[in-house]
Amino acid sequence: MSTVADTERRTPSFVDSVSLIAGREITMRLRSKAFLISTGVLMLAVLASVVLGSIFGTQTETTKVAVIGGATAVVDGNDALEAVPAADEAAAEQLLREGEVDAIVAPAASLRQAQDGADPLGITVIGLDSPPTDVAQALSVQPTIELLEPAAVDPTLAYLVAFGFGIVFFMSALTFGTTIAQSVVEEKQTRVVEILLSTVTARALLTGKVIGNSLLAFGQILAIAALAILGLVLTGQRVLLGGLGSSVIWFIVFFAIGFVMLAALFAATAAMVSRAEDIGSVTTPVTMLVMIPYFLVIFFNDNPTVLAIMSYVPFSAPVGMPMRVFLGTAEWWEPFVSLAILLATTALAVLIGERIYRNSLLKTGARVPLGEALRG
Amino acid sequence: MLELSNVSKRYGDRLALDQVSFTVGDGRLTGFVGGNGAGKTTTMRIILGVLAADGGSVMLGGAPITAADRRRFGYMPEERGLYPKMKVLEQTVYLARLHGWTPAAAHRNALELLERLGLGERTNDTIESLSLGNQQRAQIAAALVHKPEVLVLDEPFSGLDPMAVETVQGVLADVAAAGSPVLFSSHQLDIVERLCDDLVIIAGGRIAAAGPGDALRTEHGSERWELLTAGDAGWLRRQPGIEVVEFDGGWAVFEAESDAARQATLAEAVTRGEVVSFTREHTTLAQIFKEVVR
Repeated sequence: MSTVADTERRTPSFVDSVSLIAGREITMRLRSKAFLISTGVLMLAVLASVVLGSIFGTQTETTKVAVIGGATAVVDGNDALEAVPAADEAAAEQLLREGEVDAIVAPAASLRQAQDGADPLGITVIGLDSPPTDVAQALSVQPTIELLEPAAVDPTLAYLVAFGFGIVFFMSALTFGTTIAQSVVEEKQTRVVEILLSTVTARALLTGKVIGNSLLAFGQILAIAALAILGLVLTGQRVLLGGLGSSVIWFIVFFAIGFVMLAALFAATAAMVSRAEDIGSVTTPVTMLVMIPYFLVIFFNDNPTVLAIMSYVPFSAPVGMPMRVFLGTAEWWEPFVSLAILLATTALAVLIGERIYRNSLLKTGARVPLGEALRG
Repeated sequence: MLELSNVSKRYGDRLALDQVSFTVGDGRLTGFVGGNGAGKTTTMRIILGVLAADGGSVMLGGAPITAADRRRFGYMPEERGLYPKMKVLEQTVYLARLHGWTPAAAHRNALELLERLGLGERTNDTIESLSLGNQQRAQIAAALVHKPEVLVLDEPFSGLDPMAVETVQGVLADVAAAGSPVLFSSHQLDIVERLCDDLVIIAGGRIAAAGPGDALRTEHGSERWELLTAGDAGWLRRQPGIEVVEFDGGWAVFEAESDAARQATLAEAVTRGEVVSFTREHTTLAQIFKEVVR
C-alpha cells in the first residue's frame, strides 16, 4: 500500500475532529445572511431599549412657574420647578392665563393679604382653575421617612430584570436550538451524514455541532451583554449595573451549561426525522422546555416559592437562579447546588441525546419512534 | 487485503446478511454484484463501520479493522449527498481534513483531483448550483480526496456520463495499481465485466459466488457455440450430441457434449451450405449472474 509522508497526514484525534466540525458549523452560520440580519436586529433592539430607558429614566419633569420678587429665592434651587421671572403681579397673571406657566409663586403678602399673617413659608402659590398640587408638593417640606421592612429591589426593576433574563434565554435557546436541529436534519436529508459517519464517530459529530452552535449562542449573548453594559455606562445608568453584576455572571454560567443540555436534546430529537418540514413537530417537547421558564419568570418573578423551585429545576435554573441572586433571596451556596444539578442533568441529556442521535442518523424515511431510537 | 468472514446482519425479523464471507485482494479491482435488496449496501456499510454487524468479522491485512484504518478508506455511499450550500473546493478540503490531512495538503489534493474530474472551473460554486452529473463528480472527489488506501464504492458509475465513467474507471484502476483493495458495486454488469479482476455475487444476503472472473466463467459458464449459416439451420435440432439453446433462422447457439460432436456439427453445416461464422460464445457476467442467482 502507498504510504504518505506523516507530516501531511496523521490520524486525527477526537478533539481535531470536533474542532473541524464546530468550525464548519460556525463558518456556515456566519455566512448565512438570515443569521447576520437577525443578530443585527437583536443588537439594535438591545441598544434601543438601553438608550430609551436612559431617556425616560433620567428625564424628571420640571414645571414652569412665574416668580415674583422675593419668591425667587424659594424656587431657585428646586429641581422640580423652573422659574420664569415676572416683573409684577399683572405680568405673572398674564403668563398664567396664557398657559406659559402652570402657577405663580408670589411672596405671601404681595397679591392678597395673608390672613392673620399665618403663613410659615412666606409665599403663596396661585393656580388658574385647579390647585397646582405638583408645585405645592415641590415646595412642601417633607419629614424624614424610615421604613421598618424596606423592599430590597424596586418591583418594576425586578420585573425588567426577569424579563431580560427570560427573553435572552428564550430567544437564544430557541434560535440556536432550531439552528442545530436544522443542521442535523440537513445532513440527514442530504445524506452527507453517511460519508461523515464513515470518517468520524457520531459522538464527535454531535459534540462538534453542539460546541459550534453553543459558541455562537454564547458569542451572541456576550455581544448583547457587552452592548448593554456599554450602553448603560455611556448613558450614565451605573446604578442599575452595580445591582446586576453577580446575577449576570451567574446567568452566563448557567446559560452556557443549560444551552449544551438543550442543544443535545434538539440535535437528538431532530435526528429522528428526515425532512426539514418535520423538525417543528418533533422538537416541540424541547421547545416547551424552553418556553415554560420564560413565562414562569415573567408571571411569577414576585413569587418566592415559584422562583425557588424554578431555580433548582434544570430547565428553568438558567433563568430562576440568577433572578434569585439578583433579588438577594438566594444563599451564597444555592447557585452552586443548582449548578451541580444542572451539570448532572446535562451529562445525562448528552448521553441519551448521543444514543438517539447515533441510532437515528442512518434511518431515513419515516420518523424513527423514540423507543427504537433509544434501544438502537 | 480486506477480508469478511461470516458477517451477519438482521433487521428485525429479516436476515439481511447470512454468513457473508469474501476477500478483496490488494491491487485487485473487485466487482460486487447482486439484485436490489440482496445486501450490497448493508455489506458495504458494515465494512465502513457505519453499521454494526450482528456477527462475523471484517479484517484488514489479517487484523480486525480499527477506526484509524477506516480513516484511510474511501467510501461512496449509495445515497449520495454533500452539503448543498458549501462550495465544491471548500467541501472537498473539509472532508480531506476530517481524514487528518493538513490544510495545505488537503487543499492541494482537492484541487488536483477536481481538475482531473473536470471540475477545475467549478471549484468556487456551491454544490447545489452544479448539474446532477457534476454533483456526482464532486461526490467521487469526496470519496477520493484523502488518497484512500482501500476503496469501497457503492454504485460509483450510476448517473455518470460516458466521459465521467471513463475518468472514474481510470481513477479506480490507478488506486488498484498502487496496490490497494478496491471494492465497488454496480448494476452495469458490462462495466463490471470489463473492469474487474475479481467478482463477488450476492443474492438474498448470501454470497452466491466469489473469485477471479476467469475462474467463475469456467465454473459457471457452460461452453456454447454460435453458428451463423446462409441457409436455414433447422437441421441442428436433429443433430446428435448437441443441444440447441437459441435459434433464429440461419443463426443458432448450441452446447456440445464433446469436441467430436461439435466438430461433426461444423462439418455437417459446411456440407449443407455456406457457413458465415462459427465462434465460441464468450460467457457474459450477465449469464453467470443469472446462473448463480437462480
